[in-house]
Amino acid sequence: MDLGSLLNALILGVSIASIWLIAALGLTIIYGTAGVINMAHGEFIMLGAYSSYMLQFYLGLPYLLCLPASFVIVALVGLALERGLIRYLYNRPLDTLLATYGVSLVLMQGVRLIFGSDPKYLAVPEMFQSNVMLGSASISAFRIVVLGITAFLVFALWLLFYKTRFGVQVRAVMQNKEMAASFGINSGRIYMMTFALGAGLAGVAGALFGVLAIVLPTMGASYVVQAFLMVVVGGGSLAGSVVASGVTGEMQSVFAFFTNDTFARFIIFVLIVVFLRFRPQGLFAQAGARR
Amino acid sequence: MQFTRRNLLKTTAAASAALAAPHLWLPTASEAWGATLKKGEPIKVGLLFSLTGSLAVPEEDSTLVMQYAIEEINKAGGVAGVPIEPVIVDAKSDFAVYSEKAKELILREKVIALFGCYTSASRKAILPTVMQRDHLLYYPTCYEGAECTQNTICTGPLANQHSQDLIPFMVQQFGKRVFFVGSNYVWPKESNKNAKVWLQKAGGELLGEEYIPLGSSEFGPVLNKIREAKPDFIFSTVVGASDIAFHKQFKQEGFKADKMPIASLTTGEIETRAMGAEFGAGHFLSAPYFQSLDNPTNNKFVENFLKSKYGKNGTTHYNMEETYTSAYVFKAGFEKAAAAVGFENVTPRAIRDHSGGVRVEDNVSPEGLIWIDENNFNCWLKPKIGQCQADGTFKIVKAADSHVAPDPYSIYPDAGVCTKDGLKAPDGKIRKSVI
Repeated sequence: MDLGSLLNALILGVSIASIWLIAALGLTIIYGTAGVINMAHGEFIMLGAYSSYMLQFYLGLPYLLCLPASFVIVALVGLALERGLIRYLYNRPLDTLLATYGVSLVLMQGVRLIFGSDPKYLAVPEMFQSNVMLGSASISAFRIVVLGITAFLVFALWLLFYKTRFGVQVRAVMQNKEMAASFGINSGRIYMMTFALGAGLAGVAGALFGVLAIVLPTMGASYVVQAFLMVVVGGGSLAGSVVASGVTGEMQSVFAFFTNDTFARFIIFVLIVVFLRFRPQGLFAQAGARR
Repeated sequence: MQFTRRNLLKTTAAASAALAAPHLWLPTASEAWGATLKKGEPIKVGLLFSLTGSLAVPEEDSTLVMQYAIEEINKAGGVAGVPIEPVIVDAKSDFAVYSEKAKELILREKVIALFGCYTSASRKAILPTVMQRDHLLYYPTCYEGAECTQNTICTGPLANQHSQDLIPFMVQQFGKRVFFVGSNYVWPKESNKNAKVWLQKAGGELLGEEYIPLGSSEFGPVLNKIREAKPDFIFSTVVGASDIAFHKQFKQEGFKADKMPIASLTTGEIETRAMGAEFGAGHFLSAPYFQSLDNPTNNKFVENFLKSKYGKNGTTHYNMEETYTSAYVFKAGFEKAAAAVGFENVTPRAIRDHSGGVRVEDNVSPEGLIWIDENNFNCWLKPKIGQCQADGTFKIVKAADSHVAPDPYSIYPDAGVCTKDGLKAPDGKIRKSVI
């Protein structure tokens, strides 16, 4: 073991963190704002990957344009779902859990009926298919793309939540829905917008994961557990999710470097359980938020 | 019924009496399959594959190719002059459902044989039912061995047939230093044990062995270790969606197939198409069948299958071919049994007992002649090594000169030898139904 390989592990840790974070962003927004435990989050990710596949395969859209397009498509699906179903269930958390789980099955089987169950292929520009060397450290170009897009989205969300009028309204509704409503904020509309936003973010993540791994109707399931962990450990706030995925991503990479991948996961899950025993509200729980 | 103390006592007593006499409801071998065949009625067989869920990718293809094979056999006059009728169920990638559907097919549908399963876990889930009813399972894919039942016939390669040629070939072509990567379950671990034996014989050196959870798509840490270890080639038993992620990230992390190729037991034509040929090109696969095999039987099989209504997925691969030949192994075994005991008296066990040594000839089997071992009822076949080309097809770089014997206990010589009647231990004792 030398410093170069440890450095490699640390850099990889940042990359793993960015993958977990981008998977968790949409869920953070939806859970943090409306308190909805969205079991269909993994399927939103899957829809993002299939949207990119469709746009590329049928319309020949270049990959980089597929990313924002997937955001829009999945956001619209999220919007329809919120208007058609979720909005009737805001005061019944257990029912939203079951309803969104049902939706996830419907989406998965629906995609399977339309596209079949064989994996699909997403093409990316040649420049993303290799790696970048920085001294002794090496990282794949596509991981840098994922990292860059995650950083951009986090920054954009921070601007949206803390520097715009919409953000002030969202935070007001998060803290106290009735009080916010009495000040003239249309909380139904805020919920609708944040749900669509969260779904759209999952769509972007899916378009990226389709390149990193595979496009399959069941692909969402492998990311959704990680995403939920980040949200729960982070406490449902944006900063919480950023810190939670940063720490666990680094731990995954470093532990895997010293032991192996399976054992690294085992340690992380144990640590998370211990952490939640002593801090069930997560890292940065929103003060005054009623759950 | 009121839940009183007296009632409770009565029921418990009745229940324990029933438990004390289990032979009352267990079938004896002869009556296990409670049906008889009638001339003129179709022969029912069960297709027990997953059409939904995570295993649907390979298993849906198995169902399709099985239907194709049955249609082909029926067109040519059926089995012993009688058509086959497939009963298709969906095991939903859930091991509990496999077991439940196996019972349904055997008890209610009264099929005479089951064709099914892809993972070892699902096979192990249904085998107790199959053995209890003295029924018959055609397991049409590769597996790790170390089983000796009197109710299974396998048409895929065992672990010993898989790595016997591949490991020495890779060591010779690329060098001695190897890194093992696999999915974290029974088949990769057993396959790696086998590969180690062959690696030692070839004088190779094992640099590391890593397992990734099934379905995981993060190969960064493993690839970092591989970068560190600098092996000459990688031996992979990663399966399913993870396998595709592995090949993609391999290239994305800057590894080159011509410098450090991956020698896989599973990365075939479907995987290569799903990942994109540029990620698969240059890597190696050991299998008895490749779509690109150039012989008249295979050319005809590929052409006819792809234009049939079952060829919608656009490719053939080793797993489908092994499933296809299993239908002909069934036909041959059934006809042999019918000739020996009479059509009406054919039972699942009779088919199995007469299947030892049955052959699927060159003009039927796309991979070339295969036959069933008379002792362990696995398949004699010729393993081949293919290298993936830039267009996603495989070029055969080495084919075994002669057929390789299946040996389910090749790495466990102490366990004994699998014979027709059970596992014969070194001390001469025979144990039936070892799983």
